[in-house]
Amino acid sequence: MSTATDAPPQPPAEPPEVTEGGPPGDSAGSRALAWLAAVGNALVIPVLALVTALAVGGLIIVFTDPDTLDEWGSFFGDPLGALAASWNVVYDSYHALWESSLGSPQAIGRTLVEATPLALAGLSVALAFRAGLFNIGAAGQLVIGATCAGWVGFTWDLPSAIHIPLAVLAGFAGGAAWGSIAGVLKARTGAHEVITTIMLNYISYRLLDYALRSEAFQPAGRDDLISKGVAESARLPEITVGEVRVHAGLLLAIAAAVIVWWLLDRSTVGFRLRSVGANPHASRYAGMSVGAMYALAMLLAGGLAGLAGTVNILGRPSFALTGGYYAFLGFDAIAVALLGRAHPVGVLGAAFLFGVLRSGSTGMQAATSTPVDIIVVIQALIILFVAAPALVRSLYHIKAGRGTGQTFTTGWGA
Amino acid sequence: MKVELRGITKRFPGVVACDGVDLSVESGEVHALLGENGAGKSTLMNVLFGLYRADEGEILLEDRPLVARSPADAIAAGVGMVHQHFMLVPVFTVAENVMLGVEPTGRLGRIDRGEARRRVAELSDRYGLAVDPDATVEDLAVGVQQRVEILKALYRDAQCLILDEPTAVLTPPEIAELMDIVRQLADGGRSIIFITHKLREVASVADRITVLRGGRVVGETTPAEADEQALATMMVGHEVQLVVDKEPASPGEPVLEVTDLVVADDRRQPVVNGVSFDVRAGEILALAGVQGNGQSELVEAICGMRTPASGTLRLLGEDVGGASPAHLFGAGLAHVPEDRQRYGLIGSMPVSSNLVLNQVRDAPFARGLRLDRRAVRRHAADLVEQFDVRTPSVDVAVATLSGGNQQKVIIAREFFHAEHLLVLSQPTRGLDVGSIQYIHRQVVAKRDEGVAVLLNSSELDEVLALADRIAVIYRGRIVGVVDRADANRELIGLLMAGAVERAAEVEPVEEEEVTVT
Repeated sequence: MSTATDAPPQPPAEPPEVTEGGPPGDSAGSRALAWLAAVGNALVIPVLALVTALAVGGLIIVFTDPDTLDEWGSFFGDPLGALAASWNVVYDSYHALWESSLGSPQAIGRTLVEATPLALAGLSVALAFRAGLFNIGAAGQLVIGATCAGWVGFTWDLPSAIHIPLAVLAGFAGGAAWGSIAGVLKARTGAHEVITTIMLNYISYRLLDYALRSEAFQPAGRDDLISKGVAESARLPEITVGEVRVHAGLLLAIAAAVIVWWLLDRSTVGFRLRSVGANPHASRYAGMSVGAMYALAMLLAGGLAGLAGTVNILGRPSFALTGGYYAFLGFDAIAVALLGRAHPVGVLGAAFLFGVLRSGSTGMQAATSTPVDIIVVIQALIILFVAAPALVRSLYHIKAGRGTGQTFTTGWGA
Repeated sequence: MKVELRGITKRFPGVVACDGVDLSVESGEVHALLGENGAGKSTLMNVLFGLYRADEGEILLEDRPLVARSPADAIAAGVGMVHQHFMLVPVFTVAENVMLGVEPTGRLGRIDRGEARRRVAELSDRYGLAVDPDATVEDLAVGVQQRVEILKALYRDAQCLILDEPTAVLTPPEIAELMDIVRQLADGGRSIIFITHKLREVASVADRITVLRGGRVVGETTPAEADEQALATMMVGHEVQLVVDKEPASPGEPVLEVTDLVVADDRRQPVVNGVSFDVRAGEILALAGVQGNGQSELVEAICGMRTPASGTLRLLGEDVGGASPAHLFGAGLAHVPEDRQRYGLIGSMPVSSNLVLNQVRDAPFARGLRLDRRAVRRHAADLVEQFDVRTPSVDVAVATLSGGNQQKVIIAREFFHAEHLLVLSQPTRGLDVGSIQYIHRQVVAKRDEGVAVLLNSSELDEVLALADRIAVIYRGRIVGVVDRADANRELIGLLMAGAVERAAEVEPVEEEEVTVT
């Protein structure tokens, strides 16, 4: 390798450009500061989106509660009464939400169990997104993953030390294989992954239905869509810290987040995945195989979604596969990845938030007359605001930051 | 129309793009606005055209203030602009493009095409534009498309016409025609603002010249008062050497041998039709041609981005037709692509990552699966210093750098590993004089190390400054290979325009008779 060494002396002063000619080397301290600023910057929009969504959600609670509406009917007779009633119903609802999601150790445990599969599925979407792919197929991948893991879990009889890893591996492999179909199609034929993953979702639901009617899956004497229960030896062990009870899937999700972070930010493979995601043309020019990266990204994304299905089937009390349930999780995963800005740590945080909303919603409905559906509306509002950062900025009069991170809503690839 | 800009200041976050700029253009005057990229020329004109609103200052048209909230206001006031990138609908006819937005309508809103055609033809005749109103725009040559843009402005009765870098895409004869048209329009009483960074054009067309640097006016002069050297010094702010110093080449063995190569474009039309030439170690072969004559596809084929339809490509004797970019990289080819945003850089990634884009899997950057980020940053810091990339740090996204510095990042990366063959596509397009000068010296330094250099450029000045031999491509065929010593501006210009064809005297492979079309 040779380099042009005789760089001539450069003109001393150039007209001021957008970037000043500072020394290229900079201290670790300034990098740490820049990092903090970047983190703060990344958090602004999601936090404000959450606040705004809760505020709008509060309004909806007021206007859907019949008693409060009655108070508003006599607003001119008793304006303070209407306001007080409104405040009370919103406060009660959100208080119940808080109590039943974070108010007690048991509640926190439930929240974490809710968050676990969301985190894994969110990582799946986030990883694919960083490679420039919009994985709408987390739903299908986790169905196949859960099916594979479940089958290993209730068909074989092995010691736990072998049975659990084997079932988890089967879940990962199933999801990875399912994700790879879309990845290879994209790499080989250019078929758009949004279309193929959506279609593969439908196929996976029907495959699950089919499996649930087969002798291999159906418990003796039942003909509804439910599978046999996973054997004790394949169930994820419970972990108890104080009174917080979770299952080992939580550790798996955290480990997966660390691995995905390392892979994306610290490894050469991640470098290439991100390059291809940011600019496939330049990546190809630089000698990378764009198709191989797409295939790999979908394989890993599918595997992660498969794990999401796996922790559900091996970790949640019913320990059985049912029809339909998983689709919901697959689409929440897209929301979690979006809210988490496709960053593993962000995804964990977003999954936790969604876990709070999910586990708190039933308690809220029980304690107040506020329906569970409000929570779905709030989730949707959060995503809406995150997807439209310009709207949030104008609401709070924030100027656009220089480095606006991942923009999910324009991520439809080429 | 007399146009006056007084004290125009326009600020963007972190930059003052225009800082109290005064500019006055008399009617009947061609006024050149000269400056490097980022000097504020385009910002100033976008203010005049209503695309931006000035933070301070005022615009006077015939001594009456203009408040342009949008281009529509500016157009209504008689200002027209021909952008660097044409804004035409390719599948529409000339007349349809011209009337778009101001269609003459008959009863019930029916579009009066006849009226539009008549007016377009009349305008075209009056100013000698020679444009057929019924031609479909996509079938027209670039130079003619530009005249359609001028027609659009005239159709809207523009009394002040802004031409933004109008010669960038034109052949030398087309440039001469454009200059005539500009002169004629000015003689008819219109004021013309001619934005450029090419010194030669300024001398040939302008009545007066305003030079911008760093958002300020650094001088107003006339071609008679200031020669090219003086203008260059004003524009850059220090002495500039316009000629590249280089010793005569001492060519060695052929590194790249191209034989009877045929390459098709994306629509599967052959655009390179049986091209043969070679590039030897230690020489710069310039591939000269007006954009769109097949040279982009030819270079893509050489660099592994396009599979040749037939013919052979040899790199150091090895047949590399259809080889992957990765393979060619391993064989010692380096390439500075034409479309640097799309193929050269990953804008959202930091400078350091972009500098190792093609080496992430190699030592010392890869340690097993781990990317050694220290090694990457150290390497980047070295290259940034060596190639004088002006960046606040190697960690900022490369897209935040100026165009010249972005190109230096690519140059640094590619030159670093250019072992045998260096392919440069439009390496200095759109760059400022300082960067051009720097890049040219680096290219010569590479040549002197014994690297074979293939330079694909449509800038005649660049070709003449750098080349040891010049291969002129026209409609997909090499119409002549000329030694630099035998070449002059007129000959190459004529060859580029396809006006003459000339059998090469240097290349043995080119000895076969070249037929005249």
